[in-house]
Amino acid sequence: MDEHELHVFIDIVSQYFSRQTGREPEIGTPYLGEPAALPVHDLTGVIGISGVRKGCVYFTAPKDMLRNLLLQGGEMDVSDDNLSDMAGEIANTISGNARKHFGGDFLISVPVVVAGCPDSIQMPRTVKAYILPLRWHKHEAVLVVSLQ
Amino acid sequence: MSTKLMIVDDSNIIRSKISRTLSRHDLEVVATACNGEEAVSLFMSTRPDVVTMDLTMPMMDGLECIRALRRLNDKVRILVVSALADKSTAIQALMEGAQGFLCKPFTEDELTDSIDELLRG
Repeated sequence: MDEHELHVFIDIVSQYFSRQTGREPEIGTPYLGEPAALPVHDLTGVIGISGVRKGCVYFTAPKDMLRNLLLQGGEMDVSDDNLSDMAGEIANTISGNARKHFGGDFLISVPVVVAGCPDSIQMPRTVKAYILPLRWHKHEAVLVVSLQ
Repeated sequence: MSTKLMIVDDSNIIRSKISRTLSRHDLEVVATACNGEEAVSLFMSTRPDVVTMDLTMPMMDGLECIRALRRLNDKVRILVVSALADKSTAIQALMEGAQGFLCKPFTEDELTDSIDELLRG
């Protein structure tokens, strides 16, 4: 992955929050993470990538942030099922939107949502994982992109 | 008589958002489905006039579902609502028989505008 591709994901994340909530997130400085010690919050939406690129994209956030996002979108049901759905849908939307840059052979899986346990997230051990920290309404979340 | 709508998406919150928005827009939600297989089985019993269709779904994806619905009824109007933002996917969906394409994330106004355009034909 190069710097330009990293910016693709930064732009998509910014646009997602702006369009859905009317408020841009603050994007922190991206950094490289160790595959064995990547950040996770309460709920993580994971998308497997195959085709022209292989790897994984995940969005992880605390429940408070996901609850706030649901309410901002007019969804009053803030049950755990809907919080998980929100984490998966954000990961799905960000990965799907990336096809505008990577093309139609950038294949994305349906989202898998993981609660807590980072051991359930299978990341390629030999590929660098870029971590994009973000803050929205005082909530902190992370997008992790690991692509061969 | 209101227009009958079926919503097909594997995300509950997206189904809920579409339902909330379009119910206020004089469309009657007659069915919701979380994958293509469920949509095909509900289609004949509910006979919707309009379908909103996600593409990335388990069991049967949106493109396969569009093909199946087209075989059952060539008049139903289909709006694809998907995060897949590349042009080739939009073109493929239109070739399979969808009449419109709305990219996620979408606003309520964008959804109602897309439905209005779809109904105008």
